[in-house]
Amino acid sequence: MSLRGALMVIETASASIVDVKEPGMVARKSVTLFSEESPLTLASGKTLGPISVAYQTYGALSPRRDNAVYVCHALTGDAHVAGRHHPQDRKPGWWDGFIGPGKAIDTDRYFVICANVLGGCQGTTGPRDRNPQTDVPWGPEFPFLTVSDIVQVHQALVEELGIERLLAAIGGSLGGMQVLEWAARFPDRLASAIVLAAGAKLNAQGIAFNAVGRRAIYADPAFNGGWYYGEGEPPRFGLALARMIAHITYLSEQSIEMKFGRKLQHSAELTYDLLRETEFQIESYLHHQGKTFVERFDANSYLLLTRAMDYFDLVESHGPLPHVFRKTDARFLVVSYTTDWLFPTAQSREIVRALLEARRHVSFAELESPHGHDAFLIDSQLPMLGRLVTPFLDTTYRDQAGG
Amino acid sequence: MCAKRLCLPDPLAAVTDEVIRAQIAPGSRVVDLGCGDGRLLSRLHTEHRCDVLGVELDLDQFGSALGLGLPMIRADLDAGLRDVPTGVFDVAVLSQTLQQIRRPLAVLEEMLRIARRALVVVPNFGHWRVRLQVLLAGRAPVTDSLPYEWFESPNVHFLTMLDFRDLAKRGNFKIVKELPIIGDRAVNRAWLANLRAHSALYVLERAD
Repeated sequence: MSLRGALMVIETASASIVDVKEPGMVARKSVTLFSEESPLTLASGKTLGPISVAYQTYGALSPRRDNAVYVCHALTGDAHVAGRHHPQDRKPGWWDGFIGPGKAIDTDRYFVICANVLGGCQGTTGPRDRNPQTDVPWGPEFPFLTVSDIVQVHQALVEELGIERLLAAIGGSLGGMQVLEWAARFPDRLASAIVLAAGAKLNAQGIAFNAVGRRAIYADPAFNGGWYYGEGEPPRFGLALARMIAHITYLSEQSIEMKFGRKLQHSAELTYDLLRETEFQIESYLHHQGKTFVERFDANSYLLLTRAMDYFDLVESHGPLPHVFRKTDARFLVVSYTTDWLFPTAQSREIVRALLEARRHVSFAELESPHGHDAFLIDSQLPMLGRLVTPFLDTTYRDQAGG
Repeated sequence: MCAKRLCLPDPLAAVTDEVIRAQIAPGSRVVDLGCGDGRLLSRLHTEHRCDVLGVELDLDQFGSALGLGLPMIRADLDAGLRDVPTGVFDVAVLSQTLQQIRRPLAVLEEMLRIARRALVVVPNFGHWRVRLQVLLAGRAPVTDSLPYEWFESPNVHFLTMLDFRDLAKRGNFKIVKELPIIGDRAVNRAWLANLRAHSALYVLERAD
């Protein structure tokens, strides 16, 4: 008993030295792709290079290099999908409940890759970085981006890692759009595609909410036309407001009711004070969301990536969906959630219908959840999703190895 | 629909699967509505090289079928099959499920929208054991093929072979084959079939 206790102390002590081999620890990685001489050609026609990509990997690539699963993060995510950088980290990565040893995407079996998207602000080249031509941050002069540009950088990273074909690309929301784009643009490079709470395009309602968010940023005097990196404040007010609006679209009437209802934040009674900004708990929650968001996100990146999302339309860029899907032999798993009103199930059905018409191997489930669009990220909802993703990945891996 | 493969005792499910399999040409495109854990489809795929799709509502069964590598659509048959485009299948299978569907005729029409042929297996409530229980015991029947108390049964309709023929007359389709299943065999023709068959398989095609 005492011996065991002593051993545990030693283990804990060694864990404080950052060791990525330690279970649950993960290292930040970075690679430079493309160059000034051979830049990436963007959908807009402009070119960009070199591009620095921040990414993280989990598990080991198999000798046949056939077990790689690429996670595409959503609008404001990052490469830190699971695990911790330091044992002291308060929180693990954003999908830690789903990815790891023995979890739904089992890193004992699969080699998992996640990278920050192009134009982001969490390590991959974006508007906050220095423009080599001018030697100051790109700011509003960063080239206009599309989901296709983002995916081209993902594919370049995969090639850089020596992977010919991914076992799967998986993502929710804007991440799901990336997965769809991947299957359309690089049809031979995926054995499977897992599309969660997404659509083949952003609907007008989605564009509308993005427009209000962008308006909030533009209207903030601190935005200064996008030039705010030097002296002074970034447009905190506008960005926080954009986040508050967007956050509402990730929830549902039901989840807000469950979590907050009409509960008051500070007092037991209404104050009848117009200048009091936070009376209800939901207000306090949204303010908190806005406040913490501006600590980690850049307004120019937000403008860029919401626009990339607005522009996404698979039919517009690749033709009728059945025609697009006929070109890939990837298996698809499409998942939607009952209370998601940002990407309602009808949008997933459109994808599924086209896949069936193209006679592809497709599975689809609408899952019951009160958590709206965010359901694919909520810990309590992950076991339900895992019950689909785990067998789907396992059999894709098995059948791929067999065939 | 509901977990029908669980509802049926195993030997009977195996018999039904076998009868259905015999009616499906190798290489066909097959959709199984209420496919349960996907055993039938999995065999059709591996042994008959069929191109298959399963439809199931129950999430546990759905997951099991995914675990066999089958493409699966989660849907409630009573809500129709909006996700499935017209005419993409050769055969649509509905095995021991019709009696659990609220609007059977609508589902049969839907099957013949998405497929050229429909294979439907229904329990025959005209079987002599069922009749005997009602007649002699004066109680709702509980038999091997209908193993439910009336208050927990997923079956919302009770039909006999004669009743199914009547239903077929109302739909825009025709019965091209009727195979009573007696014991563990489907037979082409049987004397007093409506009394002796515990189930029957129907092959349906569009009338026009």
